[in-house]
Amino acid sequence: MAEIRNYTINFGPQHPAAHGVLRLVLELDGEVIVRADPHIGLLHRATEKLAETKTWLQTVPYLDRLDYVSMMCNEHAYVMAVEKLLGVEVPIRAQYIRVMMDEVTRILNHLLNIGTHALDIGAMTMVLYTFREREDLMDVYEAVSGARLHAAYYRPGGVYRDLPDRMPQYVENKFKNAETVKRLNEARQGSLLDFLEDFTNRFPTYVDEYETLLTDNRIWKQRTVGVGVVSPERALALGFSGPMLRGSGVEWDLRKKQPYEVYDRMEFDVPVGVNGDCYDRYLVRIEEMRQANRIVRQCIDWLRKNPGPVITDNHKVAPPPREKMKASMEELIHHFKLFTEGMHVPPGEAYAAIEHPKGEFGVYAISDGGNKPYRIKLRSPGFPHLAATDEMAKGHMIADATAIIGTIDLVLGDTDR
Amino acid sequence: MSAKLEALCQNLQNVLGDRIAGLKTLLGEVTLEVAAGHYLETARILRDHPDLRFEQLMDLTGVDYSTWGDGAWSGPRFAAVCHLTSVSKNWRLRLRVFAPDDNFPVLPSVVGLWNSANWYEREAFDLYGILFEGHPDLRRILSDYGFVGHPFRKDFPISGYVEMRYDPDQRRVVYQPVTIEPRENTPRIIREDSYGDVGHG
Repeated sequence: MAEIRNYTINFGPQHPAAHGVLRLVLELDGEVIVRADPHIGLLHRATEKLAETKTWLQTVPYLDRLDYVSMMCNEHAYVMAVEKLLGVEVPIRAQYIRVMMDEVTRILNHLLNIGTHALDIGAMTMVLYTFREREDLMDVYEAVSGARLHAAYYRPGGVYRDLPDRMPQYVENKFKNAETVKRLNEARQGSLLDFLEDFTNRFPTYVDEYETLLTDNRIWKQRTVGVGVVSPERALALGFSGPMLRGSGVEWDLRKKQPYEVYDRMEFDVPVGVNGDCYDRYLVRIEEMRQANRIVRQCIDWLRKNPGPVITDNHKVAPPPREKMKASMEELIHHFKLFTEGMHVPPGEAYAAIEHPKGEFGVYAISDGGNKPYRIKLRSPGFPHLAATDEMAKGHMIADATAIIGTIDLVLGDTDR
Repeated sequence: MSAKLEALCQNLQNVLGDRIAGLKTLLGEVTLEVAAGHYLETARILRDHPDLRFEQLMDLTGVDYSTWGDGAWSGPRFAAVCHLTSVSKNWRLRLRVFAPDDNFPVLPSVVGLWNSANWYEREAFDLYGILFEGHPDLRRILSDYGFVGHPFRKDFPISGYVEMRYDPDQRRVVYQPVTIEPRENTPRIIREDSYGDVGHG
């Protein structure tokens, strides 16, 4: 009889289910995974080292490029760390805008995750639906910041500018006739908040549609129930956070436990899984989208009633308004100093963590009093999750590897930094 | 300082006693420093003691202090900084330990206590060259296969030493010394103490 040995296959770095450039070396016994060894770093851009050569403000756009599907949340943790070191107060309206945009980002992120996860394990339709809704939210991003992806909207001390009063409109072209354009522009007649409110009215129905497609789908359940089970004790030891930890039944949400910005004024529930498998994590994410929708609505109500400043008036940190700059010499100097030399952050260290859609995103900033960070460490949630792939995949069939990569909500930009 | 942080500091002092080399509370965060010799023992107590219960290691990172404050630094060069979280007690702690030898930084590994340290220690090894004694699999993680040097050390240039390109003659990817100059438009400046203070001027 022939001797049968384990053999090794290479999954990625160019593989559609690898969500970027992940190289996974799988050691197989027949079709059963014996060992999974992820090789990361193919998208390593040394963001932390680059940050050491840029001023505190210039680093903000780099943060967008980490987890490129939840851009504003990355910025949020960074600006919170800088604000903590500086000791500046953020205007309350800016805090509400940040919370609202964070939750919009959470919906964006979970839509991508659920869509592509389903795509990876055989449900093609999902991704078409979720990208339809992502398009609306991308328009929100574009309206507030000018960019669909790399927003650079949060700044130390607040946000770059107030929410716009009007939405950009579609125009007629050879692909869209007058009737289509009229239908598309219907929700875009009012302000950004009107558009977003219309979206939050529609969104619960959309989530119901996703659930109709997946939640009781026999194939979906066969591929996810009982796959990649992580017990609560192991989840803690492996450094899990966010939906991965809650899927295992640990009730831990920074928005509730260590509230930042105005999350303590928001009403929302934290879903928790029971079995700690891929299916429970999917259910947690679905429910988180519904809760995020609730939070967005509360923010819209508040923002409508309470106008005010959106960035601090401390001109050592934030630039003065342009009208003042044209009239006052001092403001002009402030502007010039801020954008050439940059702000000086007092010596010290701070760790700011937020409940990022993927888990705990933390920024550990060390300052030695200079105009540039001495050291920035980005604690990305995907890193420990991916590290646990070996433990989660062991003993599963090779086809389950894609289910496990899908469930950890992998974005290599975030893992590799 | 809030009552919660005070309780945490009190507990740390009661439990750890003279193992503490430094305990500070700044900006609402508690920082504990221990000597490398006490590191592993302290970590175990931090995780298991019923008054502390830091079940999670959220982050572990290397830091190179050699150019801190433009030469104002006199202590050891390399440190490992852990960020611990207690889910049951809902508090956080920063644990810093300096590697005693600057030329050959070695620290004990905490993989046995918190499994999440595995990749974090590999990362600190890769980027800073800190060796973790007792780590089961201390390979490079983020840098290229066959990379030489530890890129996040302060004496490593931002543009690196080698670049790669496709060579059409040899019909393969080749490595060669970098051809670009490092370009830093804004110099690094540290002003006098009151200069950038919020509320000053």
